[in-house]
Amino acid sequence: MNSPAPLEAPALLQARGLAYLRNDEPIFGPLDFALYPGEVVLIEGDNGSGKTTLLKVLSGLLAPSAGSVLLNGEPLTLARLSHQVALLGHLLGIKAELSPLQNLRFAIGLGGLRPGITPHHALKSVGLDGYEDVPLRQLSAGQKKRVALARLLLVPAALWLLDEPYANLDREGMALVNRLLEVHALRGGAALITSHGAYAYTSGTPRRLQLHAPAEKAA
Amino acid sequence: MSHGTALGACRALIVRDLALLWRRRGDALNPALFAVMVIMLFPFALGPEPQMLGRIAAGTVLVALLLAGLLSLDALFRSDLEDGSLEQLVLSPHPLPLLLACKIAVHWLTTALPLLLAAPLLGELLFLPPQVLGTLMAALALSTPLLSLIGAVCVALTVGMRRSGMLLALLVLPLYVPVLIFAAGACDAAQQGLPVAAPLLWLGAALVLALVLAPLACAAALRISLS
Repeated sequence: MNSPAPLEAPALLQARGLAYLRNDEPIFGPLDFALYPGEVVLIEGDNGSGKTTLLKVLSGLLAPSAGSVLLNGEPLTLARLSHQVALLGHLLGIKAELSPLQNLRFAIGLGGLRPGITPHHALKSVGLDGYEDVPLRQLSAGQKKRVALARLLLVPAALWLLDEPYANLDREGMALVNRLLEVHALRGGAALITSHGAYAYTSGTPRRLQLHAPAEKAA
Repeated sequence: MSHGTALGACRALIVRDLALLWRRRGDALNPALFAVMVIMLFPFALGPEPQMLGRIAAGTVLVALLLAGLLSLDALFRSDLEDGSLEQLVLSPHPLPLLLACKIAVHWLTTALPLLLAAPLLGELLFLPPQVLGTLMAALALSTPLLSLIGAVCVALTVGMRRSGMLLALLVLPLYVPVLIFAAGACDAAQQGLPVAAPLLWLGAALVLALVLAPLACAAALRISLS
């Protein structure tokens, strides 16, 4: 899928012939696509169609079997992981023993801080006002997800890779994700979201990237 | 937009790991208690003659501490892998070997240092000759960080597997043998009144080498484990 590329704005993320094989079994690809600043793209596909793997490859956690990933025109390699990517996976990467505030402070120390926002502000904007110092294990799955979303707000990453961001969230939480994505896109950021069909992105009509399980492809 | 400094990232990681350990502080004494238990088994098995126990004391303390360290090793990256923190660590803009070195340092401080402090007591339980104690402590101070560093590389290799406990032991113990030989050699020399500098210097040299190379190997192994 290619979008009309405005020449003056370079693609934030570009995949060229990107494919991933696990034990010689194709997981996805080859894929060619580009993501421009201000875009939100949905990756759709059934279970096992390689959505999560695609996000891991794009973040640099996995090396692609073929093809390349370009970030702002520069190749992404395992040795030089991108500093512009924030990944929110199935595993949220937050510690159940610590409070939301402690978790966010660690995330800032590790990934840096976007100017003009504090952990308190971020927690407030994801609706966790008053939960700053409660250990995470006492929060619900949806609230934990919100802590992870607050991390996205704080860390200065232009590209968000979100794996099932709507899972575990209530209706209001889904609206929150949409709001965060809109603001991020307006700021010139971009996001790739996976979803197994029941997506809830409502603002505008986002571009879609369809992945199919390899078995279907053969048929 | 600022990504912070590598030093800031290290500090954040150390603060977080210490906070986590404080939350699980009940578990922190377990390795030391395990070492005491192992030490106590020897008089029961071999009899209480001070002369015989004194002869094997240094070596027994070394092995007990090595095994206690091995037990706590598996926890080094396990919880970080299970909750996805490890992915975030790998994706951070700062050098992964440096961050891992901090993690290993915190791990050593909180698991090996209590053991090190308990060592004189353990020696006393086995009638350790007084002239050996200084050498034993020096050998432990040099060899426990070395064991943590070597162990961390093996943990990084096996952390992706579900039940890696026994495999980890099989992988790590052969690598621990040279360290044990030099540490025991130093204690043996001290017991016979011979100079102890050479084995201790060997341990020191190995520690310096491991300090530089182990975090690099650990980072490479973790990237393999995550894929």
